[in-house]
Amino acid sequence: MALTKDLGFGPDEQLVRDQARKLLKDSVPVDKLRTLVARDHHEAYETKIQPASWDEGLWKQMIELGWTALSVPESAGGLGMKTIVSVALAEELGRVAVPSPLPATLAATVVLKAAGATSWLEKIAGGEAATLAVTPESGSWEPGDTDVEARAAGGGVTLHGKASFVQDARKARLLVVSAKSPAGVALYVVPVDAPGVTITPDRIVDLTRDQATVSFDGVAVDAKNVAAGEGKGKAVLEQALPAILTLLAADACGAAEWQLQTTAEYAKSRVQFEHPIGFFQAVKHPLVNVMLAIDRAKSLTYAAACAVDEDPADALRLARMAKAAASDAAAFASDRSVQLHGGIGFTWECDVHLWFKRQKHTEQLFGNATQQRAHLARILEAAL
Amino acid sequence: MSQRPDTQDQAEFREYCRRWLEENRPPAPSFRLPIAPIEVSSEEQRQYLCAWQKKCHAAGLVGTDYPKEYGGHGHKGFQAIASQEMGRAGVPFMINVIGLGMAAPTILVHGTEEQKRRFLPPLLSSDEIWCQGFSEPGAGSDLASAQTTVVREGDNWIVNGHKVWTSLAHFASWMILLGRHSKADKYNGLTYFIAPIKDAKGVTVRPLVKITGETGFNEVLFEDVIVPDSLRLDEVGKGWTVAMTTLTYERGAAEGAGSGGGTSVEEYVNELIALAKRTRRGAGTAWDDAVVRDKVAQIAIRAEGLRQNARRMRIEALTDHPMRIPLQSKVLITELIQDLSALGVEIAGPHASRYLGDPGAPDGGHWPHAYMNSYGMTIAAGSNEIQRNILGERVLGLPKSK
Ligand SMILES: Cc1cc2nc3c(=O)[nH]c(=O)nc-3n(C[C@H](O)[C@H](O)[C@H](O)COP(=O)(O)OP(=O)(O)OC[C@H]3O[C@@H](n4cnc5c(N)ncnc54)[C@H](O)[C@@H]3O)c2cc1C
Ligand SMILES: Cc1cc2nc3c(=O)[nH]c(=O)nc-3n(C[C@H](O)[C@H](O)[C@H](O)COP(=O)(O)OP(=O)(O)OC[C@H]3O[C@@H](n4cnc5c(N)ncnc54)[C@H](O)[C@@H]3O)c2cc1C
Repeated sequence: MALTKDLGFGPDEQLVRDQARKLLKDSVPVDKLRTLVARDHHEAYETKIQPASWDEGLWKQMIELGWTALSVPESAGGLGMKTIVSVALAEELGRVAVPSPLPATLAATVVLKAAGATSWLEKIAGGEAATLAVTPESGSWEPGDTDVEARAAGGGVTLHGKASFVQDARKARLLVVSAKSPAGVALYVVPVDAPGVTITPDRIVDLTRDQATVSFDGVAVDAKNVAAGEGKGKAVLEQALPAILTLLAADACGAAEWQLQTTAEYAKSRVQFEHPIGFFQAVKHPLVNVMLAIDRAKSLTYAAACAVDEDPADALRLARMAKAAASDAAAFASDRSVQLHGGIGFTWECDVHLWFKRQKHTEQLFGNATQQRAHLARILEAAL
Repeated sequence: MSQRPDTQDQAEFREYCRRWLEENRPPAPSFRLPIAPIEVSSEEQRQYLCAWQKKCHAAGLVGTDYPKEYGGHGHKGFQAIASQEMGRAGVPFMINVIGLGMAAPTILVHGTEEQKRRFLPPLLSSDEIWCQGFSEPGAGSDLASAQTTVVREGDNWIVNGHKVWTSLAHFASWMILLGRHSKADKYNGLTYFIAPIKDAKGVTVRPLVKITGETGFNEVLFEDVIVPDSLRLDEVGKGWTVAMTTLTYERGAAEGAGSGGGTSVEEYVNELIALAKRTRRGAGTAWDDAVVRDKVAQIAIRAEGLRQNARRMRIEALTDHPMRIPLQSKVLITELIQDLSALGVEIAGPHASRYLGDPGAPDGGHWPHAYMNSYGMTIAAGSNEIQRNILGERVLGLPKSK
């Protein structure tokens, strides 16, 4: 297992990350986020259709800065940067918990890259948001498991069935759909407004994302929609899996860092028993434990990102470890961030709930910690 | 553990280390070697390990970055490579740990020219073993409350007191000693000495038996022991500052004069999987149990996390605070070893009741032994509770606990 020097994070990579950190810090201050997604609890959880508020102006800025083009190969009009750059970006997005189609688009990019779908990658590089519609209602994250069928119709194919747990479907323009036929699994790229596509929003806990069930009622696709032909889709999804897991781990790490710093700040200012509560070890030591969990997750996440590009044979092992560690760190940081805020942490008014809810969502995507470890054990066994 | 890319010189040195270790690996001894240097108890173990350190020193794998005039090899940035390669090769550890890891760097920073010339060469070669006399019955975590007195008499100091938990004192020629010259000031009343142990008049070394049933550390009594002023390290009243230098090295936040081999955490994780796969449970093995696999995977993630922390630590742009990762390493490694040993005991089940020396004990009784022994590491070198105070205060900026 060769370890790559410096994790591939050099001055160019740092420049992109630092620029992102600054832009997001300036454009998504917490009061703005609160106004955007949690102005009113009735609106958030009780309206017939849950709103999916997001800042489209910020999204335009992200496109102008080339964030959708970062990991698109140069041959498809992108910047061809390393996976660790997208991962660093995902971490920054998690830190500010910003509602944006970028995380979903980065995941879709990984899949289209693995498929070599140049024309669709060009569209993403140009600023079209995309998302993966690859998960069945059972909630299986296994590559190739899908409830969508591809049926031969005339010279082409029509899609039938439903994709569940589709992330940020109401912000995306393109769906990357996994569909099965007797000849195996294929991947198709379908615009959200194609005839026969219906997006039914889920009502979800997380206020910083939207999620939907997407149904396909005889959606006609032809050769230009094919990203991976019949029988090739599963392998493409498998190839993309390490990067997808790593991007999610990074989001969780960024959010957990916000939770840690915010709670530590609160522990310095909130006085009870004549001391800031951070004086008490029942507050201090758990916060340190949160930090240990976050740092483990971050180190594994960067290592996995580096392996995706430089040591693909080892990428899945590290990515499973990263997603497991990040999901655990997310859960623990969420738990302590609410508890150590006391009564106020239990309220809508206190911002910690926004991150708490984003973390609960991220923990489950593409498999929670326990599921990752179940896979990991088999990888470790095989390597023995 | 990996780090920055090697320069040409470093790469050549690494290659040299690899080759040398390959060709000079010592034959396995007929007796059991302990897992850590502070557990060395028998004379045959001492002789075997001293001979090995002496050989490594002569070859340049110990004292690598120390100046030639002090018995070193005069390199820069080579020690970490030598230590990594010894770890990778799985050769025996360096016996003179306290000397290499604590006394040597402290003397290098605070010692006089004569002290460096006199003490460092035999320390690096292990001709003289060192021990650390900090802890006392009444001064553990609160080290600055040490009460061992040092009273000036002309060119000498008279030492009286009681040090405890003193690892390797039974083999030691010298001790780094924290003494009190003044009761008026907790911190500024401390002065730091090099104290003679072996054959010194008024010094009594008594072995203490550990939870594992083995000896390894001691109590050391001082009765009117004469220490010449030339063995004082740094100024009178600077003892606490000097002790802080020692502790920085003890807690692994800086590179000492060498550390050497021993079993790596990765190897332990693999041994854990191997244990689960051969421990019978019903018709199958312990590894068939999903709960066992989950627990092993948790350990494997922590082990890889530690390795990747070390890799990330070198990249400033990917760390949030310069001391954040370095200050974590002591807590992480000691708790990992504790928990993985406990898991080994759990997996071995009733077989783990068999201890060292029982022919039916899995891995020779390693798991229960390592588990019990692991508490030495979570308690010593600044207990993990104290480490968490330090992390919370220095890194997260939380108010200081009492
Ligand atoms: C659902 C709910 C219903 C409630 N109903 C009522 C009610 O009907 N009437 C009423 O009067 N009150 C009520 N309360 C208030 C409740 O009693 C307080 O929230 C609680 O006492 C904690 O105080 P706090 O919120 O000010 O948190 P703080 O006291 O500020 O505590 C913040 C954090 O610091 C920790 N902490 C504080 N001091 C120490 C210490 N010395 N050592 C270690 N840790 C410490 C706490 O455990 C907590 O995690 C309610 C609270 C909730 C959440
Ligand atoms: C294997 C081994 C080898 C050793 N070798 C040496 C040696 O060579 N030389 C030497 O000088 N010493 C040595 N020590 C001693 C070691 O440094 C001390 O044991 C250690 O500093 C703890 O002190 P103590 O044992 O007096 O425990 P105490 O300080 O009495 O601590 C008891 C418990 O209380 C906790 N505690 C104490 N203060 C606080 C606080 N403020 N906040 C929260 N929790 C607290 C501790 O974490 C611990 O769990 C060794 C110890 C061991 C176990």
